Amino acid sequence: MLKQTEGSHAVAEAVALCRPEVICAYPISPQTHIVEGLGELVKSGELQNCEYTNVESEFAAMSVAIGSSAAGARTYTATASQGLLFMAEAVYNASGLGLPIVMTVANRAIGAPINIWNDHTDTMSQRDCGWIQIFAETNQEAADLHIQAFKLAEELSLPVMVCMDGFILTHAYEQVDMPSQEQVDAFLPPYSPRQSLDPAAPVSIGAMVGPEAFSEVRYLAHAKQMQALDLIPKISAEFKEIFGRDSGGLVRSYLCDDAETIVVALGSVIGTIKDTVDEMRAEGHKIGVLGIHSFRPFPAEAIRKALSKAKHVVVLEKSIAIGVGGVVASNVRLALDGIDSRIYCVVAGLGGRNILRTSLHRVFRQAEAGELEALHFLDLDWDVVNRELERERTQRRSGPIAENILRDVSAVRSSSVG
Amino acid sequence: MFQVRIHGRGGQGVVTGAEMLSIAAFLEGCNAQAFPSFGSERTGAPVVAFCRIDNKEIRLREPIMEPDALIIQDPTLLFSVDVFAGLKPDGYIIINTNKTFEELGLGEFSKKFRPERLLTVSATDLALKHVGRPVPNVPLLGAFAAASGLISIDAVASAIRDKFSGKIAEGNIAAATEAYNTVKNEMEAAHA
Repeated sequence: MLKQTEGSHAVAEAVALCRPEVICAYPISPQTHIVEGLGELVKSGELQNCEYTNVESEFAAMSVAIGSSAAGARTYTATASQGLLFMAEAVYNASGLGLPIVMTVANRAIGAPINIWNDHTDTMSQRDCGWIQIFAETNQEAADLHIQAFKLAEELSLPVMVCMDGFILTHAYEQVDMPSQEQVDAFLPPYSPRQSLDPAAPVSIGAMVGPEAFSEVRYLAHAKQMQALDLIPKISAEFKEIFGRDSGGLVRSYLCDDAETIVVALGSVIGTIKDTVDEMRAEGHKIGVLGIHSFRPFPAEAIRKALSKAKHVVVLEKSIAIGVGGVVASNVRLALDGIDSRIYCVVAGLGGRNILRTSLHRVFRQAEAGELEALHFLDLDWDVVNRELERERTQRRSGPIAENILRDVSAVRSSSVG
Repeated sequence: MFQVRIHGRGGQGVVTGAEMLSIAAFLEGCNAQAFPSFGSERTGAPVVAFCRIDNKEIRLREPIMEPDALIIQDPTLLFSVDVFAGLKPDGYIIINTNKTFEELGLGEFSKKFRPERLLTVSATDLALKHVGRPVPNVPLLGAFAAASGLISIDAVASAIRDKFSGKIAEGNIAAATEAYNTVKNEMEAAHA
């Protein structure tokens, strides 16, 4: 049923339709509305046979999720930002043990400096932890991906992180076509675990593994992610059959067929890029956008195929691997090894900075003309940066950077007002 | 695409106002997208929320830079925040105040815009009268419905019922309806 609703609430309803048996909840912005919504559904009796557990931290949330998933229960939790980092040790355990937990990450920056706004640094920090990571472009897709995630997780016996932009999606009201319980039941069978802790058939899960077998366990983790490259498109196609719309998959392209310049991006910014692409197309620019919807496993072949004819590739990403450059761009470079195209990395939207069409027009045109630097920070305020660099050059005790910069920024603002 | 930017202060229902506007537009068969300017919300701090309305899918996620309509829930913001930034020349301005544009010091400024699209509404008074709380967001939506003709007062009432229930819903609907009728009457008087 089509309804106008908040992204977080749409996700809560979609998760409830998947009949989770255990939900571990710990609040952190911008994820909180999701677990609150699920709490309401459990309390009202709309979601039955579900144990809703308030835990004392994110580390506890993932630890409880590991326990309940190992006991054979369909398990869900959600987090963001510092919360994901705080649970990191357990995050690795969940994937290492092959437990099909589904977790929403409402993407948010990581401090310091403390920042509650959106970027992708949190999930990118866990990109190699063994979880599958899929990214939503809209709230419709966020809702849909959760339904697909349980199926994917349980078929592979691997945990899945559904990544949706914090605030930009979680707090946005837009229309979402909510599936019916019958549709979800037809798509998602009851959980049949590959392994479970059962007193009637005792096993142990979590053995210590020494040098004699650790490499093999790790290789199998990688091999399972490679299986997911086949399974993700298959599940997306099955989803389309029942629900009638495209959601998920590895990558999706928009106006890429004849494009000389292709922008690569993840998440909700794809929408703004599509509008920018339409405007540039109207002026005769051959430009398109490729959305990556599965970041782990990384769909190198699909990306290579989609970008093979592009002269210019602009990877626009809300994350930075400090000391290297873009996280996504580094992965895309590997996928394009040997292909003769220029690859630019544009780091944008860090800590919630708005990504504006005017700025996108500028960098896309610079890329087309071959004038963009290999690593570009969108709308960076060089005056502020240079002032701090100068301070550090001239004073040994130059002080805390964030505080210095905030002082400079507010001084500029008040002088322009006065 | 029609874009509305709502300015107010934390506690005045700015974000809820944008959400209700999106629900009303959805009920009219439009696509709509509402979102707040995200921040650490505090009571009394300036808050901005946005609502886009279109007859096709809305993909754009940037904040509204060039609004077609401004709803200003708190006139004390007029000279501390650049509330008018980017407003189109044929845009609407709806201000919650008992004063006129002249009295607010906007006489000269308002000449740049179409006079029939500049409205003041005593939204706080209407909210106190019908709801018992000084939350001006809902009466301003009633006024917006009347001025723009984009959404019906029935859709506004349904959106209110989506967010509130019982006495609070009914009080808000009464406040929105009175604002709607007042603006309609003013528009007819101006035409006559």
